[in-house]
Amino acid sequence: MKTIAVVDYGMGNLRSVAKAVERVVDKQMHVVLTDDVKVIAAADRVIVPGQGAARGCMHALREHNLIEALLKAATEKPFLGICMGLQVLMTHSEENKGTGCLDVFDGEVHFFGNHAELQSSQYKLPHMGWNRVKQQRRHPLWRGISDGARFYFVHSYYVKPQDADVIVGTTDYGIEFTCAIARGNVFAVQFHPEKSADEGLKLLNNFVHWNGQS
Amino acid sequence: MSLAKRIIPCLDVDNGRVVKGVNFVDIRDAGDPVEVARRYDREGADEVTFLDITASSDNRETMVHVVEQVAEQVFIPLTVGGGIRSFADVRRMLNAGADKVGVNTAAISNPDLIKQATDLVGAQCIVVAIDAKQIPGSNPARWEVYTHGGRIATGIDAVEWALKMEAYGAGEILLTSMDRDGTKLGFDLNLTRTISEAVKLPVIASGGVGTLDHLVAGVVEGKADAVLAASIFHFAEYSIEEAKRHMQAAGVEVRL
Repeated sequence: MKTIAVVDYGMGNLRSVAKAVERVVDKQMHVVLTDDVKVIAAADRVIVPGQGAARGCMHALREHNLIEALLKAATEKPFLGICMGLQVLMTHSEENKGTGCLDVFDGEVHFFGNHAELQSSQYKLPHMGWNRVKQQRRHPLWRGISDGARFYFVHSYYVKPQDADVIVGTTDYGIEFTCAIARGNVFAVQFHPEKSADEGLKLLNNFVHWNGQS
Repeated sequence: MSLAKRIIPCLDVDNGRVVKGVNFVDIRDAGDPVEVARRYDREGADEVTFLDITASSDNRETMVHVVEQVAEQVFIPLTVGGGIRSFADVRRMLNAGADKVGVNTAAISNPDLIKQATDLVGAQCIVVAIDAKQIPGSNPARWEVYTHGGRIATGIDAVEWALKMEAYGAGEILLTSMDRDGTKLGFDLNLTRTISEAVKLPVIASGGVGTLDHLVAGVVEGKADAVLAASIFHFAEYSIEEAKRHMQAAGVEVRL
């Protein structure tokens, strides 16, 4: 039996993530919602969801003693970050007057509201709804998903990685921002595959069958 | 802009059952919220909203089970409103699988609930529902906020209230015109545009949809980010897909 650990640190709608993953797994896999570092260490793959604000998320990860376990998982097994689970992988976030993050990827998390391009009244915040994802390069997790497919977003901050090579998806919202990054065994997205109907389930299906090579 | 305008069917749920007819030929039990939500998902709805109209608080527990069941099978955003009185109610619905919770009366009686909820669970989860009615004779038009399903006038100006809820951290506004609700005459476009231009938050227009052109007008003239409708979809007058094709033909960006 292969284990997929959905990391539960009390932030956001983790049940939807677990339910959506359960929909795509086969009989040899099972999904556990957990904050137990031993379960995460033993799991075959790890999903880190999350909603809310950066400081609250980092605080919750520390409170649950999860930081070391997540950093380790990010070096050794298929790892999927979703929404705040993407943002916390960066070095630092502008949110909450500045929040240090996990620094798995060099880069910053920025606020949309600071951009002149988004001052026009057509750009509401949060960026909420179904937007197109441009695939910036091929990746096993995009398999079967058409370039430009729509996914469900809800966020006011976006990531800006230092190394452009890690960018695998971008989206246009007044500015073109990075909505998916990948390196080695790690893949992380700003949108919510668990709420993105068939395209989202395809991405989760690709993840649960992914060998962690890009 | 490539962000799609959203179409959101809304379902009234009383004691765990969908009420107000849902006429779909391929649905065995039109009262079953799970079946109806699945059907809307298949048709391409961008979200689904459930409004709990259960009168007795004993029956509210049923709504939690409805949300749990729907969330297990429908993988698009799910909003639940009606009878949300406390942060505990918000938390319970989110834990059951709702993505967003709509708060109306409780926000008026206790605005700090919105602040508390958005701090603890994030702005993206909290939809402030505003029921507004034009003040007779006001020119330029002004609107007053109503609570308790439109029965009680609050004396609060709708624009000021929307701005206050934005400042308190709400993630979205569900704006219903009491003058148009149930009339099939179309959205109150002046109200919709006034609120949508006053706040930076996404605004969902609601109340009065009778034709597909009304949906287009809500977005184009009303500047709404999403449109919510009940009866035109329930009675199978139009499918969600037809609505989207119509909007697309009118130049509105939709997800198809």
